[in-house]
Amino acid sequence: MSETYDIIIIGGGVVGCMTARFLSRYKLSILLIEKEIDIGSVTSAANTALVHPGYDPVSGSLKAKMNVAAVPLWLNLSEELNFAYERCGDFVVAIGQEELPQLDELVERGKRNGVTGMSIVSGDEMRKREPLINPAVSGALFAETGAMCDPFGVTLAAAENAVMNGVTILRDTAFEDFIIQNKRIVGVKTNRGAFGCRWAINAAGLYSDVVMHKAGVRPEFKITPRKGEYLILDRADFELQSVYFPVPTEISKGIMATNSVHGNTILGPTAHDQDDKEDKTNSESGLQEVLEGGRKLIPCVDPRHVIAVFAGLRAAGNAPCETPGVDYGHDFIVEIPATIQGLVNLGGIESPGLSSSPAIALRVIDLLKDAGEKLVEKSDWNPIRPARPRFRHMTHAQRQAVIEKDERYGRVVCRCENVTEGEIVAEIHSPVPATTYDAIKRRTWLGTGRCQGGFDLPRVTHILARELGISETAVSKKGGDSTFLLRPTKQAEDDHD
Amino acid sequence: MTSEPIPIICVACPKGCRLEVLRSEGDILVNHAGCKRGQEYARGEVTDPRRMVASTVKVLNAIHPLLPVYTSAPFPKGRIRELLAEIRKVELKAPVKINQVVIENALGTGIDVVASRDLE
Amino acid sequence: MTNLHYDVVVVGSGPGGLAAAISARQNGAEKVLIIERDIELGGILLQCIHNGFGVEVFKEDLPGPSYAQRFIQQVHDLKIDTLLDSMVLETTPDRRLFITNRKLGIREIKAGALVFAMGCRERTRAQIRLPGSRPAGVYTAGTAQRWVNVEGYMPGKRFVILGSGDIGMIMARRLTFEGAKVERVLEIMPYLSGLTRNYVQCLQDFDIPLQLNHTVKRIIGNNRVEAIEAAAVDEQRRIIPGSEEIIPCDTLLLSVGLIPENELSRQAGVRIDPVTAGAFVDSRFHTSVPGIFSAGNVVHVYDLVDWVTQAGLAAGKGAALFAQGKLAVSDKVVRTQAGENVRYIVPHTFDPNLLAEEAIPLQMRVKQPIEAPVWVEAVCNGKSVTRKALPYARPGEMVTLNLKPDVVDSFRESGTLTVNITER
Repeated sequence: MSETYDIIIIGGGVVGCMTARFLSRYKLSILLIEKEIDIGSVTSAANTALVHPGYDPVSGSLKAKMNVAAVPLWLNLSEELNFAYERCGDFVVAIGQEELPQLDELVERGKRNGVTGMSIVSGDEMRKREPLINPAVSGALFAETGAMCDPFGVTLAAAENAVMNGVTILRDTAFEDFIIQNKRIVGVKTNRGAFGCRWAINAAGLYSDVVMHKAGVRPEFKITPRKGEYLILDRADFELQSVYFPVPTEISKGIMATNSVHGNTILGPTAHDQDDKEDKTNSESGLQEVLEGGRKLIPCVDPRHVIAVFAGLRAAGNAPCETPGVDYGHDFIVEIPATIQGLVNLGGIESPGLSSSPAIALRVIDLLKDAGEKLVEKSDWNPIRPARPRFRHMTHAQRQAVIEKDERYGRVVCRCENVTEGEIVAEIHSPVPATTYDAIKRRTWLGTGRCQGGFDLPRVTHILARELGISETAVSKKGGDSTFLLRPTKQAEDDHD
Repeated sequence: MTSEPIPIICVACPKGCRLEVLRSEGDILVNHAGCKRGQEYARGEVTDPRRMVASTVKVLNAIHPLLPVYTSAPFPKGRIRELLAEIRKVELKAPVKINQVVIENALGTGIDVVASRDLE
Repeated sequence: MTNLHYDVVVVGSGPGGLAAAISARQNGAEKVLIIERDIELGGILLQCIHNGFGVEVFKEDLPGPSYAQRFIQQVHDLKIDTLLDSMVLETTPDRRLFITNRKLGIREIKAGALVFAMGCRERTRAQIRLPGSRPAGVYTAGTAQRWVNVEGYMPGKRFVILGSGDIGMIMARRLTFEGAKVERVLEIMPYLSGLTRNYVQCLQDFDIPLQLNHTVKRIIGNNRVEAIEAAAVDEQRRIIPGSEEIIPCDTLLLSVGLIPENELSRQAGVRIDPVTAGAFVDSRFHTSVPGIFSAGNVVHVYDLVDWVTQAGLAAGKGAALFAQGKLAVSDKVVRTQAGENVRYIVPHTFDPNLLAEEAIPLQMRVKQPIEAPVWVEAVCNGKSVTRKALPYARPGEMVTLNLKPDVVDSFRESGTLTVNITER
């Protein structure tokens, strides 16, 4: 084993990175491994980008507890980590009189879960607050703690702060197996060799079942990926005032229409179970379902408004709720299993996983303390992760100042989102460096606008090659063989038939 | 003996007229031509088809790695691949001036390949 | 921050912008400035290395860079100022612009008259909501064109092209020239969307199959495109079940339409026509905001660059006159209206007094192709004003009807002029 750590976190999604960040305040050596080329690039990068108030999960479930416990943490966290977070409140919108009674049920559930700041608004009030809402709205539940965030931004900020405080992050590093001695985990095997540890934390999301099975834990537990397809609409066409859910169904919160921290409207998600943990394709029927679902809330939605489509997979599990008397079979797992030592096991962290992530991280710390781990705080722990300059959000005077310091901030590379060369270069040399086009895109929002990278792509591949000291033909979209360019134009290739 | 009519879409101008050429013992008959240029184009297409060819050549020490070039006159269609192979061999040094000859008398056709722009 | 002042400021240095700047200078504007985001003048013409430019303007068949250079030379000869590598961040209705540049930082520029010549952008995969995975290897034709012709890289070796737009067909030939294999061009409509001559010279010449009434049903491949699933569509453009076919390829190019790039125009309060996605303009390309003109593909998407140049010349003249306080304000206005089988007409209005001095070209596109002789007829108050015969009418090819000074008497009053394109 090349190196040994106190703790190895398996998985660099929002839960793994948040856990790394909160653990980084203690005198521990921590390694986080992520199988993808970048952190936060699977479920954490493709979701509805919301922090939920907590009225939706089944009362008594760990989901409800974690969600409600996390809500008060977010404001402070956003100030410390400097990610985009807007507490605009959210609405569950009843269309027609027949949906109205369900709002009362949600309010009751919310109260049981400990949610504060809920109120019922009338249809008239709703139409006033959101002129684009379906005029058939009969009323809505307003929850003031609902918030929009940039989920990748949250994950990245947590990861960077963890790195600032001594955590090692290895990307492109896939978990293969545990090294177990005398029913105790003493290490982790990866595609990049083995690493020793005293504790392993399973934060593997869609693969959390596979990981825990390698430790012999919960053989009956199974992740069934649930695909959610989304549409993003151009903010030039319209901007919603807030976040709108339909009244929920048995299996999901339904197709919602929400503003985002970037001002673009997001519609989605669908909810379809599948076996494949990698299939994040969009389907014609899924996109149609999103359009129709979105129109139920916002009737003016038109296919012409669409500037991007995407799909994400929720790590939906089948863990029974452990609270006596609560009959619920899809709860979170946050535990130290009795059957093996040295494992903190997280599983089935689907929605509201992003919302719950800070509370899950704190619960992991409590579990470690309960297990007798002496956690000693570092005297020099720095909870602040500074934001990097964002040209788009600056006044002209601020822009002038930043260009005077570094002229590369004066060159706009993405015309739709006004992202500059200076920002791109800064991301390539940041604590968790961006090394691919998608990594740059998620960090800067370059290429997310109307032209979807048509203008910036050749420029960004050029900058990436230059800054990373690689050939332009080696620059990729998301690592592996996802390269953009084949060969120089004038380098002849073998004649094809 | 009159041949089967050969359908030709005229590209002498953007209109794209659909012509028909009949060959009859050395005579060439063009039907449906909207203008004289179309007549000539159709005759050329069956006797000696030619195309303007545009490509790029490598250039060193310039703001771009490639210089756009084109043929000074329409080039025999059947020899375009050969010409492209010749063009691929060229490597210039900046500065280059527009219309500067890049390949003289390409493949002995009397047609030059010239620079499409200044490049420094 | 030093503020700059110019009589006429032109945003964009493609064919429309170059022509507008030249024309503004030639029509009396003293201080003229072109702002260009790239490091040199010329816009997209510089990556359009193929021939076919200049047949109308110069009676010559030039490649794009040569066509551009003729105008660039004039810009320098006329001592027109240029700001390269500069992006306009913001415009206001009172014609102030804020730009960013590495060396200058943020600058405010005040324009006596402003010409928008930002051109157009390509429709993307998302705008046609192409299902499937999201791998590397899906590019707009124009992005591929920049890579192959300017940056010097081939983005793939086996291509499928969706859309029979001109750039797509031209890229099919270009890629073939550089050793790639173009498997297929798919077009969802029952007719070609680009020019026929490009079909002949770019596809037919190289035996590249074109399939009309076909589209991409799905993109396959996680990291890099591995194949696409093609399918035939019915008259409603719905996929016909059973017609699916997997075509192995590593790159999908999209040539599915162009959209005028009007974000700056919107900021400045310019009214946009939802049909063209460009500004409402009069025959001088004056927009709804006084002193703001709009030239070229930013108004509507042209099929020939020569027409873009002519539009730029008209807009530049208008801008110069406005900047000098010489632009006549008319008491009369004629509105143009798209009639039978006409999708839109540019300009949207014109001043009939102007028609006494100069011809006014009406440019339009048809809704449905008519592969038979047609009349293009302008009607005002129920009376035919002028008409012209064409051998056919196709959506991919713009139709121009010149209103000549001799029909000025048809427009004694303000009114509406309707153009119909019908079978003869």
